[in-house]
Amino acid sequence: MTAAPLRSPAREFWRRFRRRHTALLAAAIIALVILLALFAPFIAPYDPTAADYDALLQGPTLAHLAGTDSYGRDILSRIIWGGRISLAVGLISALAGGIVGTIMGLVSGWSGGWVDALLMRICDVLFAFPGLLLAIAVVALLGPGVENVIWAVAIFSVPVFARLTRGSTLALKQTQYVQAARAIGVSRHKLILHHILPGALPAVIVYMSLRIGSAILVGAALSFIGLGAQPPSSEWGAMLADGRSYLGVADHLTIFPGLAIFIVVLCFNVLGDGLRDALNQKLQ
Amino acid sequence: MLTFVLRRLLGALPVLLAVSLFVFGFVRLLPGDPARLVAGADATEQEVASAREVLGLDRPIWEQYLRYAGATVRGDFGISSRTREPVFEVIAVRFWPTFWLTLAAMGWATLIGTAIGVWAGAKRGRWQDQAVMLAAIGGLSFPGFWLGLLLINLFSVHLGWLPTGGFDGWSSLIMPSFTLGLGVAAILARFTRSAFVDVSGEDFVRTARSKGLRERRVIWRHAVRNALIPVVTLTGLEFGTLLGGAIVVETVFAWPGLGRLLVDSIAFRDYPVIQALILLLSAEFVLINLVVDVLYGVLNPAIRLRS
Repeated sequence: MTAAPLRSPAREFWRRFRRRHTALLAAAIIALVILLALFAPFIAPYDPTAADYDALLQGPTLAHLAGTDSYGRDILSRIIWGGRISLAVGLISALAGGIVGTIMGLVSGWSGGWVDALLMRICDVLFAFPGLLLAIAVVALLGPGVENVIWAVAIFSVPVFARLTRGSTLALKQTQYVQAARAIGVSRHKLILHHILPGALPAVIVYMSLRIGSAILVGAALSFIGLGAQPPSSEWGAMLADGRSYLGVADHLTIFPGLAIFIVVLCFNVLGDGLRDALNQKLQ
Repeated sequence: MLTFVLRRLLGALPVLLAVSLFVFGFVRLLPGDPARLVAGADATEQEVASAREVLGLDRPIWEQYLRYAGATVRGDFGISSRTREPVFEVIAVRFWPTFWLTLAAMGWATLIGTAIGVWAGAKRGRWQDQAVMLAAIGGLSFPGFWLGLLLINLFSVHLGWLPTGGFDGWSSLIMPSFTLGLGVAAILARFTRSAFVDVSGEDFVRTARSKGLRERRVIWRHAVRNALIPVVTLTGLEFGTLLGGAIVVETVFAWPGLGRLLVDSIAFRDYPVIQALILLLSAEFVLINLVVDVLYGVLNPAIRLRS
């Protein structure tokens, strides 16, 4: 029997991830959506806020591939521009919440004692609010708007990452290689950064991907109920709220923005699942 | 057992305290005069003055908090600045619609979620399994408010079978509760499947099978019963998700519940109602978590003994 070849973690990850075709496809679609959002001014066929009173509530045509809304604005262009907002909400809030939460988890798990107890109590309190309710409370406090939605979603992501990282830190602290590094006098700073963090990171990455998806959903939901992006913004949830008045009259107003949210969130979830399998992480 | 329950109860107290402090500080954190905020935008000087007196804003902050906590315990949440009615009454009428909505949604979620979860687990690795898991991740990614709009469009606008919204008889409950329950059904399906697969590898399942029991009996009597223990806990925890989701779904279906009350109150800056709702919904969530924790201890003695 021959021993399995020894590969670097990154190479081993790629070897496993490459075989997950749906996850690869999801990653490709996400990359495409990010590019569309970044280059919206060059790609969108129309100005997303320009009204055209000769083309009100038109269904999909060659001139307007996804139709027009009640002001004659091009839906496709609005969706492309709106992607900037939805992606910003998802990426920034998940990253911010993830970074703060990971640091909290590392400190908490490593220090133990009263620091751990205090940080975990803070998490308990944040957990005491159902996620969306906390976001709404923050928005009610700070006022409606996209920026406040990002803050709100970031705050309620913190405890999730903190708990996750604390768990990994506690487990890694007991491993032989960390004990050995500690014994030969590696500084605390280096121990956490070079020995604990790399071990805790896979779980964080997997969760991050899933979190971006749910952050986009929450952002869109808040805009839909009027607490997030305000008109004339073309945020996808806000577009759905617009289209609501034209159900049965202009169905494309509710179909396309919803489809955009669904596809992007689905891709982040599929990617997260693929990463989880490839990184061998057991998460719920 | 009693000490376990008491310990959990004591653990929940600081959380409730912190939540009440947050809600208490809520209006005081806002820019501007809290008395004016509570009295409402179009209040007269006299109303603002009386709001200031009621809030006791001239007193030291700790005394204000004690008064607030005392009033809250008595069920006195102040006066709505929108309707001028006691907040308690404003909320009380909205409670039952949300209660029925979340209960029916949980009914859909457990029914669909556990059934297809077990089915996928029993057909592990086959196309049925893959189809269910694909559907589950789709359900997780589906924006509830979009699903609501699509359902209204199909069943109300085009087919005319169901009312578009409002709470009027059981037929009005079908679409909102399904919309709210779908995401949780997807979570439960994934969880049930993995719990079922875990249990299927256990010795007692192999024993049941090797003594010649029929596959149906092995699955339902031996595997499912044990797989459902962790599912029960998760189901409890997902009530919180439903409470949050209800806020959005109630807006879609014009449902006269707590969620829409919260959204409307935010739009009208009705701070007494906002404060009371955030406190109540959080307290409800903490209580559910507590019950789930205790339930888990009952179901699984190992957890109870370790703490």
